[in-house]
Amino acid sequence: MKRFISTLLLMIMLASVLLTTAACKRQEDQGAVYYLNFKPEQDGDWQALADKYTQETGVEVVVLTAAANTYETTLKSEMAKRDAPTLFQVNGPVGLASWKDYCYDLKDTAIYKNLQSDDFALIEGDSVYGIAYAIETYGIIYNRSLLNRYFTMDGAVAQSIEDIDGFDSLKALVEDIQARKDELGIDGAFTSSGMDSSSDWRFKTHLANMPLYYEFESSGTSDYSSVRGDYLDNYRAIWDLYINNATCDPTEISGKTGDDASAEFKNARAVFYQNGTWAYGDISDVGDENLGMLPIYIGAPNEEQQGLCTGSENYWCVNKNANQEDIDATLDFLEWVITSDEGRSSMANDMAFVTPFETFTEEYQADNPLIRAANEYIAAGKTSVKWMFPTMPSEEWKNALGSALTAYAAGTGSWDDVRTAFVDGWASEYEKANANR
Amino acid sequence: MKSKSRFSWKTLGTIAFAALSLAYVAPLLLVLMNSFKDKSAISTTQAFDFPNGDTFVGIDNYIYGVEQAEFFKYFGYTAIITVGSVLAILLCTSMCAWYISRVNSRVTRMLFLAFVFSMVVPFQMVMFTLSKTADVLGLNTPWGIIVIYLGFGAGLATFMFSGFVKSIPIEIEEAAMIDGCSPLQTFFRIVMPIMKPTYVSVGILEAMWIWNDFLLPYLVLDLKKYKTVSIVMQNLSGSYGRVEMGALMACIVLSIVPIIVFYVSCQKYIIKGVVDGAVKG
Amino acid sequence: MEKAMRKYSPVFVLPTALAFAIGFAVPFALGIYLSMCRFTTVTDASFVGITNFAQIIGDATFTHSLWYTALFTAVSVIVINVAAFAIALALSGTLRGTTFFRTVFFMPNLIGGLVLGYIWQMILNTVFFSLLGSMMNLNEWLGFWGLVIVVAWQQIGYMMIIYIAGLQNVPEELLEAARIDGASRWQTLWRIKLPMVMPSITICSFLTLTNSFKLFDQNLALTAGEPANRSALLALDIYQTFYGRVGWEGVGQAKAVVFCALVVTVALLQLRFTRRKEVQR
Repeated sequence: MKRFISTLLLMIMLASVLLTTAACKRQEDQGAVYYLNFKPEQDGDWQALADKYTQETGVEVVVLTAAANTYETTLKSEMAKRDAPTLFQVNGPVGLASWKDYCYDLKDTAIYKNLQSDDFALIEGDSVYGIAYAIETYGIIYNRSLLNRYFTMDGAVAQSIEDIDGFDSLKALVEDIQARKDELGIDGAFTSSGMDSSSDWRFKTHLANMPLYYEFESSGTSDYSSVRGDYLDNYRAIWDLYINNATCDPTEISGKTGDDASAEFKNARAVFYQNGTWAYGDISDVGDENLGMLPIYIGAPNEEQQGLCTGSENYWCVNKNANQEDIDATLDFLEWVITSDEGRSSMANDMAFVTPFETFTEEYQADNPLIRAANEYIAAGKTSVKWMFPTMPSEEWKNALGSALTAYAAGTGSWDDVRTAFVDGWASEYEKANANR
Repeated sequence: MKSKSRFSWKTLGTIAFAALSLAYVAPLLLVLMNSFKDKSAISTTQAFDFPNGDTFVGIDNYIYGVEQAEFFKYFGYTAIITVGSVLAILLCTSMCAWYISRVNSRVTRMLFLAFVFSMVVPFQMVMFTLSKTADVLGLNTPWGIIVIYLGFGAGLATFMFSGFVKSIPIEIEEAAMIDGCSPLQTFFRIVMPIMKPTYVSVGILEAMWIWNDFLLPYLVLDLKKYKTVSIVMQNLSGSYGRVEMGALMACIVLSIVPIIVFYVSCQKYIIKGVVDGAVKG
Repeated sequence: MEKAMRKYSPVFVLPTALAFAIGFAVPFALGIYLSMCRFTTVTDASFVGITNFAQIIGDATFTHSLWYTALFTAVSVIVINVAAFAIALALSGTLRGTTFFRTVFFMPNLIGGLVLGYIWQMILNTVFFSLLGSMMNLNEWLGFWGLVIVVAWQQIGYMMIIYIAGLQNVPEELLEAARIDGASRWQTLWRIKLPMVMPSITICSFLTLTNSFKLFDQNLALTAGEPANRSALLALDIYQTFYGRVGWEGVGQAKAVVFCALVVTVALLQLRFTRRKEVQR
């Protein structure tokens, strides 16, 4: 009896383990798509689009969005599972270095053939590993109605936004606005430059792109193993401008969050706000007619020709280790997304992505005031600033730079520390990151 | 004179503790207050402001949280996982603890040491391998994850149970066995009732851990089908640092309320349980 | 009795042992293997020997987080236990509203997780800034005390209940005898109450010690290691090593192994030390 009970218990346990394993086996006649999405804001849109595709073709498409700041964790864990994502994202060359062994060569696929230019693909040798699907632009977003109020004031240093075409004119404008903030009924010229982790990427990554871009552009190099920091004085100048003419004291920015800045801008407490096209949803309350975007002028040569910062850190990659049926299903799905009416209108109108695919004709252009501003600069023949931050050697480098910027603003650190983090940190991080490749 | 001064000391103590209590629950009240505000009014400068005409949004945040984030669906999964895991942990580990405290062999001693060891290992050590193991065994469902929680939570539970078993006089059990009870009957009729308080205190520790846990279910569950409340809350933060603060606050309140209700309705037993259960640790 | 029980070992021990193997032992063993590999995901690990461990030696943040963690653990164990014991002393007396206060202090224990960490970050930064003009992510020591405050807030309640239990267990005759001998309150506390609650102290200090060593969520939420990894406890340092640099996953895993070895050593020492001090009953 006793032995019987124990054997029975053991068998039940084993059976339940086996059963759950068996139950998880999926039917694989026609393949299925599993997309691990990076951008939580578009989660709902992707879900809807996936449902539509399943209704039309019967092919199962599952979209899963990683929680904020956990994309790499999620990807590492999901990719090791039996039912791994067939479609995932990397953020650029450095991200690709981790995942190259998992990337299917997209050379012969519709998404590559319809790509406007190779600039939007991650190519190494003959292989195409990743394809950008969303082109984004950032700069200094401004509140036009507040600016217009300023322009009508006596002794205003500028008469219209067109007068601002370089760092000097920007600085003069910002400082005068800051001096007259009470008259204008605002708290400061710039929103708070928060260095909380929800906001610090605007400066340690996006703003740091400016000195990197000019340095790499002037030396024409494609060797990213070290930087000289030629434009660090300009970086300092623009950072000083941000923190000294803001809604809060420089000592307070270490605790300010991304929501603080967007709330200040939305509630018209500040005129300028460094952010990008993706932020439209948060600040649309200001009114479309009141939104505009200026290039980030840092006092570099020929900057009257400088446009906004345009690039991508969202690249689609297809999992090479998936079943061939699933790979085919994924490629079919992607082709449908960039060629069908539903796919194109969802990406352009619902997700508001500017896409690099030729199939997105006139009627499929994303449109909001920030994207319009970006297009106007390109139409006016200005040179867009490339996104160089995907070449940053490691997350550690960004974090160290962020800490140094925060300490400098708070007065607990000096600009030399920023320089050290920027120049010396780059070399040592590059070496460390490549030692283990 | 003496009794009078004692009385005032006591009053002073009560007042001091009342003040301390207020400070203690202040963070929770702050969450509650902000859950009724518009998300643009929940910034570091405004978090301490009461809602006013402009910022008060009624229960909009709650509606958003419930509808957009499908809060109740995932609430159900979290409840299944928590209740199932806690029951499994209580039953299996108490039996195990009784056995390894009563049977003295090399195996039981080794097992006990392994359990204690597992208590101090950080989750980061096993996070990737655990998610893979669970996946291979098909334990990525709300039912399967119960096995994972039983395994990962076994250390603390067995440790606390066996501490208590040692304080029970063995004579009672021996008498029961002589009267013809099998070990199973002895356990369920004699040992289990004596250990009731320990069940409460272990149950609370494990329930709170599992209910609030984020990373383990996030890595183990098949996220395409199942999520827990903590995962839903993390999903309210977007890329580029954007956070649905209002909905987040509402979800925190919604996830806390059942715990508070449960706690307040059972607090007599809980406090008593923890008290009795901890007598001999 | 032992003999009768042994036959039942599959029923009593096997479910827990099996789950423990799945949920802990196997992932842990795989984790040790991974620490000697280079990997992006668990499935593509390639053996590289001890190079990962060699990388740790030159890593200044690891050594810093080691002693930062040690200090944090020491301070938080002391703060939590002293405060919990003091409150337990006060609330085991005849103060008015005792039950209510016990409930309030126990409540934060029911709510955990990252999200509450963010609320605390807001509160503490506001307080620190208005008092000291600095914030937690600017100054590693403010971050340190911020962390201590938050873990104390969360854990004091539970530990307090355990101490109340211990105090109620002190035999009345002993206290009576002490009073007759003319012992002062202070002497009664030191000479009688404290030695008698040693079992509670053992379990509380073990629980707080392991909690502090493994602390992760609150650290991530409060400071995320700022400034420049100066306030990163070990668990966070390990986590950030996984993602800080491409190809450093194995190094993170190796750090976890070193961490485990350390924690085990400390925990065993602590257990041995306090067990010896317990009053034999």
